[in-house]
Amino acid sequence: MLTLGNYLLVSGLLFTIGFAGVILRRNLIIIFMSLELMLNAANLSLVAFSRFRVDAAGLPNYNAQVFVFFIITVAAAEVAVGLAIIVALYRVRRTTHVEDINTLKF
Amino acid sequence: MQSILFWIFSLAMLGFGAAVVINRSPIASALSLVVSFLGLAALFMMLDAYFIGVIQVLVYAGAVMVLFLFIIMLLDLRAEERRKINVVAVIGGVLVALALFFQIYCVVHKLRAAEQPFPRLPISKIDDVRNVGLLLFDQYNLPFQIIGILVLVATIGVIVLSKRELR
Repeated sequence: MLTLGNYLLVSGLLFTIGFAGVILRRNLIIIFMSLELMLNAANLSLVAFSRFRVDAAGLPNYNAQVFVFFIITVAAAEVAVGLAIIVALYRVRRTTHVEDINTLKF
Repeated sequence: MQSILFWIFSLAMLGFGAAVVINRSPIASALSLVVSFLGLAALFMMLDAYFIGVIQVLVYAGAVMVLFLFIIMLLDLRAEERRKINVVAVIGGVLVALALFFQIYCVVHKLRAAEQPFPRLPISKIDDVRNVGLLLFDQYNLPFQIIGILVLVATIGVIVLSKRELR
């Protein structure tokens, strides 16, 4: 029988994978993909909580699903702006490697 | 039956999610990300959130991934050449990530609700598109309009950023 804890642990593992990607990788685009993984892990736990709280009418709690809808919208806008910034950076510096971008490094 | 499907889809999602981080070639990473998102959409549908599952496939596996692949093509990124890997940094990063997961595990372990199975839905067919839509246009009408402005601002911002000369 599946419990809420199963879904929360899978979501936590996905978040950890995304977090490890942000820390370990040095390519800006891969870092961006790992960020998406972390956002999706949060979505998974929200939907699990939504299904867990069944109200008196026998329906899941849809507030969480509306929240997930907003998160997906913001994530899509964020991807568009972030990739545009990466392209603008690539035009100037010819690299997407974070170790080559060290102008601010003291 | 349901728990077998759950483990299959979560293993696919986590495995391909790990492949995103491990792969050296950005295109392989992007394609692994698609499979990971599809597994996640299947998990959403197992939780009776069909609308969110469909949105996940359309927005992430469709639009966002096309954007990623397009940018990878535009920048002409190849598999990165082997740079000297900083072993201390890698070990430190893995340790920090493991510590984070350990913390999440402890919190979930302590949560009493986490051991309960999901309550059964009395109605077999739920029209969740209707319910989400009613909530979205009624109770959350103002946030919905604000998010419309946000998308508009993002569109304009992308156009400004992509113009030839940046001052």
